[in-house]
Amino acid sequence: MPFTKAEFSGRDRLMAKIVLSPTILAATFFIYGFILWTIWLSLTRSTILPSNHFVGLANYYDLFGSSRWWRSLTNLGIFGGLYVLISLSIGLGLAILLDQRIKGERLYQVVFLYPMALSAVVTGVAWRWLLDPGFGLQAIVRSMGFPHFAFAWIDDPDMAIYTVVIAAVWQTTGFMMAIFLAGLRGVSSDIVKAAQIDGASNARIYLRVILPSLAPTFFVALVLSVGLAIKSFGLIIALTGGGPGYSTNVPSIFMYVFSFQRGEMGVGAASALMMLVIMMIFALPFLYLDSRRQA
Amino acid sequence: MRTTSILSPRRWVVYSLLSLAALFFLLPFYVMLVTAFKTMPEIYSTGILALPSSLNWYAWVHAWSAATIGAASSGIHGYFLNSFILVIPAVVISTAIGAFNGYVLTHWRFRGSNVFFYMLLLGTIIPFQIVLLPMAWVEGRLGIAGTLIPGLMLVHVIYGLAFTTLFFRNYYVGIPHDLVKAARVDGAGFFSIFFRIMLPVSTPIIMVTAIWQFTMIWNNFLFGVVFTQGGQQPVTVAINDLVDTVTSVHMWNVDMAAAIFAALPTLLVYLIAGKYFVRGLTAGAVKG
Repeated sequence: MPFTKAEFSGRDRLMAKIVLSPTILAATFFIYGFILWTIWLSLTRSTILPSNHFVGLANYYDLFGSSRWWRSLTNLGIFGGLYVLISLSIGLGLAILLDQRIKGERLYQVVFLYPMALSAVVTGVAWRWLLDPGFGLQAIVRSMGFPHFAFAWIDDPDMAIYTVVIAAVWQTTGFMMAIFLAGLRGVSSDIVKAAQIDGASNARIYLRVILPSLAPTFFVALVLSVGLAIKSFGLIIALTGGGPGYSTNVPSIFMYVFSFQRGEMGVGAASALMMLVIMMIFALPFLYLDSRRQA
Repeated sequence: MRTTSILSPRRWVVYSLLSLAALFFLLPFYVMLVTAFKTMPEIYSTGILALPSSLNWYAWVHAWSAATIGAASSGIHGYFLNSFILVIPAVVISTAIGAFNGYVLTHWRFRGSNVFFYMLLLGTIIPFQIVLLPMAWVEGRLGIAGTLIPGLMLVHVIYGLAFTTLFFRNYYVGIPHDLVKAARVDGAGFFSIFFRIMLPVSTPIIMVTAIWQFTMIWNNFLFGVVFTQGGQQPVTVAINDLVDTVTSVHMWNVDMAAAIFAALPTLLVYLIAGKYFVRGLTAGAVKG
């Protein structure tokens, strides 16, 4: 329990408040204040410079009238959906495999997780090279005796978004594995033993006993991976530059281009707010459940 | 008892799948590494998987000190140094403030401090695009727009505080309050309790927080590309510029060498202190 008033002197109490106050001010101004400020900018005719000329929802009409924005949203849906599905599935699979009293478990973990320590830009550059049709996987398979093998997704406007999925899965699946492994290690061994005594098979124990008790872990992994997908920026810039054309634009790239390259600050602010809204749709249920669990 | 070294079919499948996954994760780095040791003609003739015929250091030297990035042709070494100049003060300051915040939020709570903590958590969730435009304006007003120090450093400190505070708060909440009370009885004050009781047991959480901040700031691209210009840019932005620079022949070997240079600091920290990195990832994950 924290101090009661009687046992803690006024001077120390004041000191505690003084120490925390810069962060309180910073959070109020730089997080909450800036969110409000961005909302305001999205309602003004701000272009290269901010303006206080109120234009109502005009920027939102522009935003949702833009085919580039719709392409960005669709791409986020395709990329985010596949990325979350694949990285969670493989992450869970690897965690279950590593949970089988594996020799060299530590080494496998180090290998699965090291991409997480790399910059997204480095990951993008590496996969740009591996997926280059002239040198990368296509060239390798062709040189192995399949001269008509085609794998040039990175240059194909309809397929390039899937190369982003590959690179993102490579970078962060180990992270999902680590979360699921921590969850698996937290499952009470008593209930597993009880199921074993009842004669349940290994597969059945996983399906019926262990995985259901991992529901909170699934939720954490889901919210985190959705967050990673929405925030993906450097990876896509380095891998495809958002192209060919706008074919791999996502909201983060759209926001950057409109705000800092095209001088359409109002539209950029509106797109930033949409990103926040998408994130909060996934995060709020999580925060709600988390606060109830801690209460 | 005799033990047999022959794996059961089931174990064999498990190890095969794990090894296959390991191969998938290792392949890109292997390809980067061998590419960086080849010449372009060698890459044309032997492909990207073959080991280099000899260790050719040209790409490394060129990437470090001669490659063209933006307007200058002096390689990435200046940008690499920029990242260090940025990351060291940003990590120290954000970690120190986080430690004091965590201490106040657990052992010196006051009315509203818990509410504030939950409000601060929003800072670990938001896509930072939502703060870029006002931040750019404020930095312009302060006359620090485009600068590494203090411009970019300030951004990283401010938006790192939610994470560092969260880490220390969740760690200090596990330290018995009776220890703090006993020190109070002995006449210790706010700071002496922090330095005499909290700090000596904080090594693990300082490691977790510092490694987390180091990795996040070193690897960051968004803040770097928005808030710095030209010679002030961190290495991640320089790598992207280098790869994007259109030349008559794309020097993939140089790109790979530069990318490995940019990856080395965080990779080394991960290999040396990976335990703390993983703890930061999963701690931030479970509580934030």
